[in-house]
Formats: sequence, structure tokens, C-alpha cells
Amino acid sequence: MFMELPDKNGHFGEFGGRFVPETLVSPLEELTDAYLKYKDQEDFKEELDQQLEHYAGRPTPLFLAQNLSARLGGKIYLKREDLCHTGAHKINNVLGQLLLAKRMGKKRIIAETGAGQHGVATATGCALLGLPCVVYMGEVDVKRQALNVFRMQLLGAKVVTVKSGSRTLKDAINEALRDWMSSARDTFYCLGSVVGPHPYPTIVRDFQSVIGKEAKGQHFDLEKKEPDYLLACVGGGSNALGLFFPFLDDPEVKIIGVEAAGAASLCLGTPGVLHGARTYVLQTSTGQIKDTHSISAGLDYSAVGPEHANLKDMKRVSYVTASDKDALWGFKILSETEGIIPALESSHAIAHLRKMKLSKDQTVIVCLSGRGDKDVEEARKLV
Amino acid sequence: MSKITDAFKKRKALIPFIVAGDPSLAVTEKLVYQLEEAGADIIELGIPFSDPLADGPVIQAAHARAIKVSLAQVFSLVKKIRKRTAVPIIFMLSDNLIEKYGASKFYDDCKKFGVDGVIVPDLPPEESPADNIYLIAPTTTEERIKRIASASTGFIYLVSVMGITGARRRLSGDLGDLANRVRKFTDKPIAVGFGISNPAQAKEAAKSADGVIVGSALVELIAQKQFTKAIKLVANLRKALDAR
Repeated sequence: MFMELPDKNGHFGEFGGRFVPETLVSPLEELTDAYLKYKDQEDFKEELDQQLEHYAGRPTPLFLAQNLSARLGGKIYLKREDLCHTGAHKINNVLGQLLLAKRMGKKRIIAETGAGQHGVATATGCALLGLPCVVYMGEVDVKRQALNVFRMQLLGAKVVTVKSGSRTLKDAINEALRDWMSSARDTFYCLGSVVGPHPYPTIVRDFQSVIGKEAKGQHFDLEKKEPDYLLACVGGGSNALGLFFPFLDDPEVKIIGVEAAGAASLCLGTPGVLHGARTYVLQTSTGQIKDTHSISAGLDYSAVGPEHANLKDMKRVSYVTASDKDALWGFKILSETEGIIPALESSHAIAHLRKMKLSKDQTVIVCLSGRGDKDVEEARKLV
Repeated sequence: MSKITDAFKKRKALIPFIVAGDPSLAVTEKLVYQLEEAGADIIELGIPFSDPLADGPVIQAAHARAIKVSLAQVFSLVKKIRKRTAVPIIFMLSDNLIEKYGASKFYDDCKKFGVDGVIVPDLPPEESPADNIYLIAPTTTEERIKRIASASTGFIYLVSVMGITGARRRLSGDLGDLANRVRKFTDKPIAVGFGISNPAQAKEAAKSADGVIVGSALVELIAQKQFTKAIKLVANLRKALDAR
């Protein structure tokens, strides 16, 4: 039943929808029509599968982390999205959206980025497909992710520093949407998470659910059953929904999303409207959007995908928080026990394993959404 | 809404936009009286929000300057203003502020305090529970123009250009066409906004529309605390609209 959502207007229960200035309604309708037209066409699917396999490096392994399991209990499987080209799951969605952009005849690509992973993935895909690319990034993030800014520039993208508002991801999305309001006729907005107005939450979820489809098959081959738990970090929530979605209608699979304690829209926010969707939002008592503070730029966002908001209210997924300190613990323990340095985002999910107290035949799939190379400098200051 | 419709009957309507609380609620109050005196027919008050999506840099900065001012405080301001003038006042605000305030309380308070119309730029009629003034953009399809024109109350807000608010060097050449496309479906008044910054552009826009909305040019002068110049601009816009 959860897998049938959203309805035709993009609503997930009380959440989602299309709360945008009139100028964007037609471009969003055009995108919805194009997506529905191409998504099931054989040649579109084939081209995407080819690129996912030979360019992005899919399928990614499902790795049994035996040392970590011995330390923390249960059988911990890591879905290795960190091994994707560009170092995170973001490329799955970018390749899908860019193929769509080409089919739609769009000549220019814009994107927003927080930590820089989606920006790098978009710049990468644009280099491959020969499309000009502009990435909006908040000034605060430009400073703390300088290496990713250089990567994007190296890949031929133009990085625009956003100096309005809190100068982070939220403001980068505002600025990308503002660009799109004047450029939609020839420009495709490649949005990086399951947020924003309909149809973006659905498109991004669908392109990311390759994670969960693969993991489901891989886990079944190894264990001859469904996993007991799924675990993923949630900022906007695209790696989490990518893993969760194919399991949503299996009620025996328990699902947990982990938010950064300083940006916990689902755990600490209230329903509101931001970036074109009704969802949980961190806001003041008078409705101003609050700034967030997390060690991980990729989770530093004041709202969350509307489908997560519905899954929370319907009690299908439990959402919990991990602090900066917890995340650093996760960052260290996975590095030490398995020789895998996780992204600080994914480290939030690793950290929650400590609280789960699994028995020895219970299995959990953790989405290791990205690799930690980008965070080593930041972590060196703090560990 | 009849106060709004009436405002379009006697002459081309002039609708200045300012952000409430920029630079203070006391100044906003004074500006409302002076704008009316200078020839405004309807006053549009922006309610400060942290993330005004449809706005360009000038109006974004005004929201940031006034960010401590709450919707409840602006209702109190309107209550005060209503002791002195009945000039139609409309609110322009982001949907999140209404959600947080409570939609039914919000619309009740509009009636109670004398707010004559509401524009929520990020709330298309499909998502809206209430009677608002809706926007039509150059990208709006004919089918939607029909729906929006019939849903909009008071007047129709025609967005003259693709993009966000802010001064433009020239108006869109298609404005007349766009207005005609709307008039096929409605006899409600049409006001044009986004990108109108001077008397010549106002006069040009009024050839195809029943009213003009001027925001960024006015807000820019307020940012520089050039209040006399701001009022002068409105007086000049009035003259341009009244000239034959």
C-alpha cells in the first residue's frame, strides 16, 4: 500500500504536493509528463541500466561486516553505495535525471548542493553527456567543502556561491528554484534529494530505489529471508528512501531512519511548507525556518522529503537521532574494524547500531551512502 | 473582496508593495498613509519570511531586515491603520506562515482586522483551501488560465515576466497577448506585477491591464531610507497612469 503512493497530485497522505510560484507549475507538469512517458520505455531503461553498470559501477556489493557484527551484535550488512563512481549514491539519481533532460531536449542543467556530493555527481554526469552545468552552493558549504568545489570546477561546472539566508543547502535550493523560474524553457533542474515539489520526490525515489532492489535480492540470496532491519541516515532522505522503498510493503521488515540531532526535521520539527512541499520543517513558533547545525553538511537541512513525513505519521518507519559525537564514533569504529572510512552522513546510521542490541541471527542492512574521504580533514580536527 | 474590485472601477489601479516592518512597524504605518495620499488605490504588505522563494535580491533583503516581525504583529498594525483609513490592504505571504498561524484563524483574522485580500505566491489554487488572489504567469497553460481566472477573487495578478521579482530594463513584449488570453475567460480586473519600476513602464503596462503593482523599485528606496523619494515615485506613477 505504501508503494502505491503518491497520488496523481504528488501527495503522500497529508504531505507532498506542489507549493510553488505559478511560473513553475507548467515546467513541473512538463517534467511529470516526460517522466511518465519515458520511465517505462525499454530504450530509456536500457540506456540507464547500461550507464549504471558500466559508468557508475553497479551493482554495488552487499558486504557482511563480520568484525563490526562481532563487536555490536547481529549480522550487519553494508550496502556499499560508497563504491559508486563519485563516491556516493547521488550518481544513481543524476544519471536518471540527465537522461530525462536529454530526452526532453533541455540544453542546460542546474543543481543545488550541500556537502557537494550531488553537485559533483551532477557535474560528472554533465561532463559525460556534454551538457553545461551550473551548481548553486551556500557560502558556508563552499568554505567547508572547498575540495568538492574544486572537483566540480575541474569537471567543467560553474559553481555559484549563494550568500542569502543561512548560506547553506536550504538557500542553495531557493536560488536554484529562482534560476529555474526564469530559465525553465531550456533548463533542466536536477534536484538531488527526495524533496521539493511534485514530481521530484517521486522521481528521485524511483531512481534511487535501485539500492533497495539490489539489496533485497542480495540479502535473500545470502540469508534466504528478508532482513529484520533496515537502517539509513536521513537528511533530505534520498539514500534512505532508495533502500527502504522496495521493502515498505513487507511489514515484517523493521525500518529505522537516523537524523542528525542538530537537523532533525522529523524528530523535532512540525508540519509546514518549504521548497514546494508540505512536510516536517524545523521552524520557530511564528513560522520562520530555523538554521540547522550538523557536523555533516549533507544532513544540514531544515526540512525532509514528504514521503518520510508520511512514513513517520503512518508509523511505518521509526526516526531517531544521532549527535555529532555519535557520528564521529561511527566514523571511527567502521574505519577501525572494517577498513572502510564512511562519510560523516552514513556514520550517523552506523552510530545507531550501538543502540540496537541485535541477537546473533538478526540481520540488518545499513545503507553506506558515501565514502568518507571528503570528511577526513574535518574529522581530523575533531576525532 | 468588493473593496478590492471597487478600487479598479474609477481609474487604473496603483498597487505599491512594501514589506511590513521594513525598517519598522511605525514607519510602515506612516508609509501606508502617505502611499494612499500619493495615489495608491490598494496597499500590498509583504509579511517577512526567512525564505521568500519568488523574490529577487531587493525584496529578499527587505524580508531579512524585518525578519523579527511576526504575522500577529502585522495584524495589530492593520487594526491600528483601520482607525485612520479604509484603503484596501492585501497581504502577500508565504504559505508556511499561514500553516503555522493556522489557516482558519488566519482568514478569520483577515476579516476581523480588515485585510481585504490575500496573495500566497507559493500556493496554486489546486493546493489552496481559501479564496485568494491568484497569479498567472507567461508559462501558464490555457486550461489553467481558465481555472485560475475563475478561482481568483478581487483581481488577477499577472506576472509580466518569467522569473523572480525585481526591476527589469524593459517589459515583456508579450504582455498584451497574455492579458488578452486571460480576458477571454474573465471580466475580473487584471493587475500586472514583477519588473515594473518606473512611470513609463507603468503607463505601458496599463495599456493592457487594469492596474500595476510596483515593489522592488519602492523597496530599494526604503532600504536607503529615502522615504520622501519613495512617496514621490508613487506620486509620479499615479501621474503616469492618469495621463491620457
